[in-house]
Amino acid sequence: MSQNLPALLVVVPMMLAPIAALINRSGPAWVIATSGAWFAFGAAVQLLRRVMTEGMIVYSLGGWVAPIGIEYRIDQLAAFVTLIVSAIAAVGVLYARTSVASEIEEDRHALFYAAFLLNVCGLLGIAITGDVFNVFVFLEISSLSAYSMIALGQDRRALTSAFQYLIMGSVGATFIVIGIGLLFVMTGTLGMADLAERIPAIWASGDGDRTIAVAFTFLTVGVTLKLALFPLHLWLPNAYTYAPSAVTGYMAATSTKVSIYLLLRFFFSVFGVEFSFEQMRLDAILMPLALVAILAMSSVAIYQSNVKRLLAFSSVAQIGYMILGISFGSVIGVAAGIIHLFNHALMKGALFMAMGCVMYRIGSVRIEDMKGLGKSMPWTMAAFVGGGLSMIGVPMTVGFVSKWYLLQAAIKGGNWLAAVVVVVGSLMALVYIWKVIEVAYFKRRENDDPIEEAPLSLLIPTWTLVAASFWFGIDAGTTSDVAMSAAESLLGMMQ
Amino acid sequence: MSDPGMIVLLTVLLPVIGAGLVLLLRKNENAREAATLLTGALTFAHVLALLRLVRAGESPGLDILEVVPNVWLSFEVEPLGMVFALVAGFLWPVTSLYAIGYMRGHHEENQTRFFFFFAIAIAGAMGVAFSANLFTLFVFYEFLTFCTVPLVTHHQSDEAKKSGRIYLGILLTTSVGLQLVAIIWTWVLAGTLDFQAGGILAGTASAGILSAILVLYVYGVGKAALMPFHRWLPAAMVAPTPVSALLHAVAVVKAGVFTVLKISVYVFGVDLLQTLTTTTWLAWAAAVTIILGSLVAFRKDNLKARLAYSTISQLSYIVLGAMLANELGIIGGGMHIAMHAFGKITLFFAAGAIMVAAHEKKISRMHGLGRTMPITFGAFFVGSLSIIGLPPAGGAWSKWFLGMGTLEASQFGLLAVLMLSSLLGLYYLLEVPVKAFFFERPKDAHQQDGVHEAPTPSLIAMCITATATVGLFVWPDLFHELMQMVVSGGVR
Amino acid sequence: MISFALFNYWAVIVLMMVGFYALISRDNLVKKLIGLNIFQTSVIMMYVSFGKISGGTAPILIESGGHGGDGHGVQVAGDAAHAMRDNAEILYSNPIPHVLMLTAIVVGVATLALGLSLVVRIKEAYGTIEEDEITRMDNAA
Repeated sequence: MSQNLPALLVVVPMMLAPIAALINRSGPAWVIATSGAWFAFGAAVQLLRRVMTEGMIVYSLGGWVAPIGIEYRIDQLAAFVTLIVSAIAAVGVLYARTSVASEIEEDRHALFYAAFLLNVCGLLGIAITGDVFNVFVFLEISSLSAYSMIALGQDRRALTSAFQYLIMGSVGATFIVIGIGLLFVMTGTLGMADLAERIPAIWASGDGDRTIAVAFTFLTVGVTLKLALFPLHLWLPNAYTYAPSAVTGYMAATSTKVSIYLLLRFFFSVFGVEFSFEQMRLDAILMPLALVAILAMSSVAIYQSNVKRLLAFSSVAQIGYMILGISFGSVIGVAAGIIHLFNHALMKGALFMAMGCVMYRIGSVRIEDMKGLGKSMPWTMAAFVGGGLSMIGVPMTVGFVSKWYLLQAAIKGGNWLAAVVVVVGSLMALVYIWKVIEVAYFKRRENDDPIEEAPLSLLIPTWTLVAASFWFGIDAGTTSDVAMSAAESLLGMMQ
Repeated sequence: MSDPGMIVLLTVLLPVIGAGLVLLLRKNENAREAATLLTGALTFAHVLALLRLVRAGESPGLDILEVVPNVWLSFEVEPLGMVFALVAGFLWPVTSLYAIGYMRGHHEENQTRFFFFFAIAIAGAMGVAFSANLFTLFVFYEFLTFCTVPLVTHHQSDEAKKSGRIYLGILLTTSVGLQLVAIIWTWVLAGTLDFQAGGILAGTASAGILSAILVLYVYGVGKAALMPFHRWLPAAMVAPTPVSALLHAVAVVKAGVFTVLKISVYVFGVDLLQTLTTTTWLAWAAAVTIILGSLVAFRKDNLKARLAYSTISQLSYIVLGAMLANELGIIGGGMHIAMHAFGKITLFFAAGAIMVAAHEKKISRMHGLGRTMPITFGAFFVGSLSIIGLPPAGGAWSKWFLGMGTLEASQFGLLAVLMLSSLLGLYYLLEVPVKAFFFERPKDAHQQDGVHEAPTPSLIAMCITATATVGLFVWPDLFHELMQMVVSGGVR
Repeated sequence: MISFALFNYWAVIVLMMVGFYALISRDNLVKKLIGLNIFQTSVIMMYVSFGKISGGTAPILIESGGHGGDGHGVQVAGDAAHAMRDNAEILYSNPIPHVLMLTAIVVGVATLALGLSLVVRIKEAYGTIEEDEITRMDNAA
């Protein structure tokens, strides 16, 4: 059992998905999805423990050793991302029960849970596989299920945004396939470990180095499209705004994060930091884009009147923070990116879930409809404030820990522009979060029909994430250790 | 009780427990207020217990937890923090007493929320006072910012909303934008954030870089209200008067200048400060704030606004003291924390009492009120003396040391600024009691009759602080002794 | 000069650009999907071209006399096989890209199916599948 845990982590949700779809009844399907997500969570905790004590786990699927078979390679970073995805999925599925019941028609519930399980399977698969083509397959599993989940939103614009996402996502995935193909034709292998060995040799030989460079470019564009780096983010705001609340909360915290993981994998593990940063000058393109993303998207967020859309733009800005950290190319910078990946999953998940609670009660998430909610839904709005404090980066929240490492990386690198942008970005977060708080707490409702607090089945998952965002802000030792050692091993792979 | 570390922790936690009690007893007003007063008294008793230890040369402290690797949330009590804790600890129960009279007399809504956040804010102030490193200081500094927002915006009106924006906007912009950067820069350079006698930054970088960090710190502590980052303080005056009194004359603003002093002494060290070019510039920036603050106060007719600008001006005295970078300046600055606190809180108490009893906010309409409210205006007079720096009030001592400090630094221009500001203060503060006592009540003033003294709890509180102000002139030894300990540890 | 040996790659590039252009420029959602499909198909051609080795034969394992019979080998009958058995070195085309493309085709079909079903539902909800009209309706709402 524990020997095959890496495989089971992916296979169990995958096998449960069709069962959930076939049963085709809301309650049992939810039970299946819950057990799948919690199994994955338990497995991820186990794997992280094992990786932290024993080092990288290499698992050959079906007993076929690479390069013939597919290999799963789980290092600290992979285990960490697996943990993030499965933890958010485990909390998100609890939240989904009530939220989905109110937002999606009854006969589609089972299909929703099936898609959810497939998405979990895909994201976990990306995180643990050691085979680049396998990455593409899992990427498509997770993307296709994501498109269909987004399309389940109440508003008809959910359909168009899902379609838009499908087009852009497929283009991104195809770019990734092209990149993988070019790498394969140059090296004759698909295993990440083999690629990492052979690419430098080919590059050094000067024969075929152009193909490697082209492959690198295709992969960069493909992956940044998937992770919604400005200006390839256009699919994200609509998708997050019109998707069902449970989907938005879960996806915002997982899918872009896994894409960032993919970026780290390709650029650090496969190509190596020296190739990516010194020969291809990746930082020269990533850093400006990240800085613009932070500033431009934060200011766009300020002008939004739909809170889900506001948070979606804020997500694009926050992705900028992660990419900024990575683009420093230093251990502390990459660690900052990884820590923010985790921290942002917690806080944005909490914020979107709080908005789901609002949606559940008043059927809208427009700012002007949220007047007086501070009084009528105190716990929901308190959760929003809690998540918001983290976005701003108040000490003792996870947001502060991210800022702490990012600023350290900027100052150590002598990059003052980046430091200023990080600071300005968090002040802009203050503006857009405060905008919501002001309406909720300072405006009175015009009509008197009473609004009740959201049900506990929504509040408990929401507050779990809020509590986690405080907990890991107060005791950031564990996350820092994991992120630091992951960053060190990513950068050390070259030597 | 025997473990000093536990006393420190309790001193910070007691107000939180008090806040919890306030919430539990929200149904019964009297029990609720009793809880506030009781925890206030207990907190002060703990502060006194710590005072005994500090005077015996100990520095009780405790590490709570490691937040980020090598960065601890930890407390350590040293003499400077003791000064701040004593002032805040003593004035909290007194202000609570005052608030009981004020809030009931003024028929304020949401009193439970008020007393709850009030207590929480004190916990924040205690945390600032006892922090053992820059990180802990920053945590409680921000904590104090956030938990005072519900107090500033207490009335939830449009004006309160606007003020809340300015308040949060300026305090967070400075702290995140400048102070946090400075803290992380310090961490990168020195590898530690602990407060140490003699400082931690000496020799870690060139004088130019250290000068830049100093500027980031001094302006980054927005709570010290150095111009141009002073607008939040007048904005905060929309709050109920007890909040203005305790938080915006004592706890919050003093947390700011305390931070400046603390950073000067324990992060830079006086020796290093003297060598930096920006130190003198910042002293002059403070001098400009002193004069401009006084001039603006001079032109304000709203009494609370005038007091707010007077506070801005007075806070810069303390910044100036720190930037003089000599023993006398530090001693003067530290003593001014206490002296100004007692004087200014008396003034705010009186201003609030006038609002509750006579419903007057404007100075131009206070003619003749002194005859019906002699105690209130008497207290106002005593407070004014202290702020101006005249005997027989405590403010005379701190100004004396500050003046001596400017002489030692051979900054005669700064001495002139201090003099000029006192003269301005003489006019803009004493105008109020003079009008109240020596002018006739105008005929059209509303509520001609029926104006009487403020509610008794408020009067008692006012008398306590006025007496203390005078008492501090006669016995300033305690604060002087503590500050002497600071400089003898810090200046070698 | 354009080398004729790389003809198939030129075809790939032309197809890729045709698909990509259709995907970007068309307002009709179905035409967009067709463009996407052409785009993806060009990649399939590219992979298959990767696998081709000049002179290589179909990658079917032929049991040679010396070391056969391990159970995994596939018995291939026929004259061609007999003829080749004599050669010491048999040149195979690389089978892996073909296998990979089987997966990619499945993915492409799934994407197309999902995309078309979305188009059907968009048609139901909006009454049109022209993107500019949909945008106009959304903005008006």
